[in-house]
Amino acid sequence: MRVAAALLALLALAGAAPRASAEEHFTLADACPPGFELNAAGTCVLRNLYQFYDSLQGAGLGGTRTHLPPNREGFTPAQIDLGRYLFFDPLLSADGRISCASCHDPELGFSDGRARAEGGDGSDIGRAAPTLWNVAFLKRLFWDARAQSLEEQMLGPLFSQHEMANTPEKLLGSLRGSEEYRRLFAQAFPGVGEDISLAQLQTALTAFQSSLISLNSRYDRYALGYHAALDEREIAGLNVFRSFVARCAECHTPPLFTNQQIAVIGTPEPEGRPLDVGAEKTFNAPKLKGGFKVPTLRNIALTAPYMHSGRFATLRETVEFYTGGRGHAVPPGVPMYLHWHIWDPQLTPQELDLLVVFLQTLTDQSFSPRVPERLPSGLAPFGRRATRGTAIADGKDNKAEDRS
Amino acid sequence: MNKGILAGIVLAAAGFAAGRFLPVQAPPAVLPAPPVTAVAAPAAGAPVRSVAGPAPQREVTVEEGGSIQAAVTAAQPGTVIRIKPGRYHESVYIDKDDIRLIGVIEAGKRPVLDGEGNLNDAILYSGNNVVIENLELRAYKGNGIMGQAGNNFEIRNNVVVGTGVYGIFPQLGQNGIVEHNVVSGIADAAIYVGMSDNIHVAHNEVFDSVAGIEIENSRHAIVENNYVHDNAGGLLAFITPGLPIKTTYDVVFRHNFVLHNNHVNFGAPGSTVAGIPSGTGILVMAADDVIIEGNVIADNKTIGVLIVDHAHASNITADPESDPNSDRVAILDNTMLHNGYDTITDVKALMLAELKQGEADIVRAGPSTGSCIRNRERYVTAGVGDFAECGFADTYDRVNYLLPPVPPRVIESAERGKVAYLGICSGCHVYSGRLIGPPVQVIQALYMDNPQALADYIAKPVKKRPDYPEMPPQDYLDPQTRLAVAQYMLSLSK
Repeated sequence: MRVAAALLALLALAGAAPRASAEEHFTLADACPPGFELNAAGTCVLRNLYQFYDSLQGAGLGGTRTHLPPNREGFTPAQIDLGRYLFFDPLLSADGRISCASCHDPELGFSDGRARAEGGDGSDIGRAAPTLWNVAFLKRLFWDARAQSLEEQMLGPLFSQHEMANTPEKLLGSLRGSEEYRRLFAQAFPGVGEDISLAQLQTALTAFQSSLISLNSRYDRYALGYHAALDEREIAGLNVFRSFVARCAECHTPPLFTNQQIAVIGTPEPEGRPLDVGAEKTFNAPKLKGGFKVPTLRNIALTAPYMHSGRFATLRETVEFYTGGRGHAVPPGVPMYLHWHIWDPQLTPQELDLLVVFLQTLTDQSFSPRVPERLPSGLAPFGRRATRGTAIADGKDNKAEDRS
Repeated sequence: MNKGILAGIVLAAAGFAAGRFLPVQAPPAVLPAPPVTAVAAPAAGAPVRSVAGPAPQREVTVEEGGSIQAAVTAAQPGTVIRIKPGRYHESVYIDKDDIRLIGVIEAGKRPVLDGEGNLNDAILYSGNNVVIENLELRAYKGNGIMGQAGNNFEIRNNVVVGTGVYGIFPQLGQNGIVEHNVVSGIADAAIYVGMSDNIHVAHNEVFDSVAGIEIENSRHAIVENNYVHDNAGGLLAFITPGLPIKTTYDVVFRHNFVLHNNHVNFGAPGSTVAGIPSGTGILVMAADDVIIEGNVIADNKTIGVLIVDHAHASNITADPESDPNSDRVAILDNTMLHNGYDTITDVKALMLAELKQGEADIVRAGPSTGSCIRNRERYVTAGVGDFAECGFADTYDRVNYLLPPVPPRVIESAERGKVAYLGICSGCHVYSGRLIGPPVQVIQALYMDNPQALADYIAKPVKKRPDYPEMPPQDYLDPQTRLAVAQYMLSLSK
């Protein structure tokens, strides 16, 4: 086995050398993606100006100049690059028609522009596809926080019959059936020698997703000390955002703009949809009925519509929800332990506008990964692609009167 | 709208739980004093009195009619901004280090920041080493003074009246002093230390608020010599579940006057403090290692000291990551007079469970392991029968938990250059090959002997190559960082 692996490695080198054969064979990167430094162990570690600051209890929460929370890192350039191919490869779905990128499209903020994700079978998945920007920092995955790692999380969509509908056997069969993938996995996981494993796939996809870093927004320039990065209205919006009237920053806490907690805020479901109990099920805790993981707001301007089931089409509607009165959209008779920061802040229309202006300063895609032009499977990258604007919820009537 | 203890602290479960509070007859054990657990305790004999280093370098004065914010915006770190008496209508934010806002008091007249009921917060700061002194803050909707992760702060000698939800609220900060402030008319806590470490709250007067002083999800805090009166609840040590920092421990409440905290509870619906029964002197909820020492606790109609776990508060969320119990609480000698004279049903039920009647000084509900009490026979109590005898009488061994001013971190130029390059430039440039901009190798060929020219270029790029997009200016990096980036870029070899 060892000999075979070495031979494969040699082949990989041979394939890399002459430019002419690059069309036939894939090579994996030997350099880290943007933002990462290759350390002595040959793995990539994140480097960012926020590392020059402290954070209380190492939690990575605070104000402008605060250290980031711990992140997933330590993958090799080859593992990250292999993950990139896999991420865009519809080979991972049972029918070869959708990839991770079908719902997490880099051109749509690593989301899909839809109110709720569309499964491989065309079904309504029930919740919105979250952005993957800065997912490396998250301790819990899914809206209802039911997964503790990316490795665990990805098993959901890969093997859900409504999503990618695959099985471990079939998925591994497809990968092992690809000479290119066998070569690339051997390169990314040298010395293992065995067949492609599910654990290797999980590692590679985790490695790639953990490389999606967005920390160069105009807000970041302001936070790190260059105050001219934001104009007067944007700074006014920041001050509304972190004021104790609006209280946005209490849960959407810098520098990631999430405190990674579960919050019950009582947003309405789209018309005709039943109440999603969210984290109540995960934790078997009635007090968490309607609770969801606080999402990051980085790149939020790119990922409409908003909330767990896409009730709000625009940022303006979304921020307006918070000034509609505590519990205004909770269905009558449903006991919900609303978060203490959900109150009646009586924000003015001008303040709501300023919040939207500020949220747009959190956009940064400067570390967008390259989308592969072709894939080891020979399939076309992405498979099905979402189109922005499809199935966006009508958010016109999100007011209290139609709910209670 | 009777919510019971903490919107039910309570003792909704009283009947069910009563059996747990039957007096324990075993002789109490004697517990030793807990160790001083502050990190980096200062050398003995030299307690820290000031935390906001370094010394200011320059000074500006704002006159009435001028803008405090304009002065802050223009100020370099190391500036004292003196504010003359007069009226100011503005919100002030401080996103830089080493700024001191010092009011000038002349013949009893202070500068007044007046929110007129239409501005959000009086002062927000995120910088380190911020000092706020001698101001009067009135009529804001959010907070009077709110810190967001600023460390080494000093908030001193301010008058704060009716500033909304909190009067003084340092959050996510380490090493701070809140002293000699007079705070009143606050809809939640007059002084609220949230998710912070190494805090000293002393010599303040807090009154006419829902809560006087609250230490929440924080560690190493001393609250001493404060006058805490006429609030709905006086002193609070809490773990609030659902917050991202999960612990409260090592809190000392000592030598405070906690008097007549019988104000009607006007907390906002849904706020945790809205559940506190009016008439509560000291409330410990889920906090560990809380020492209550030498306080005068009198005329609090519901209870002098109440110790509960999360299960006895119905209006808080579920959080499996928060330990729900108040463990290792130490009640040393305190002066307790005339508490619990008009109490709530839940407290009466807990008393009855021990076949007691009368005006309760101390009640505990829910598990509280490792707790102790001195001279318990002096008080009317329920639920402390199994507390040990405290083996220590005072906390004189700890003057405060403050840390010496931490000198600014020195970041080597090479490190700064590398991190800025990786954090910013690497999105467009790789050593060899093309991303969005030209390869580093090509840049090296142009600038190898002149890093300053490269540093100047990245501040103000011009379009050079028809086949590449124009580089956006990186002028937001300071000149030292730009030069460091240039030097790093020119040193790359792969």
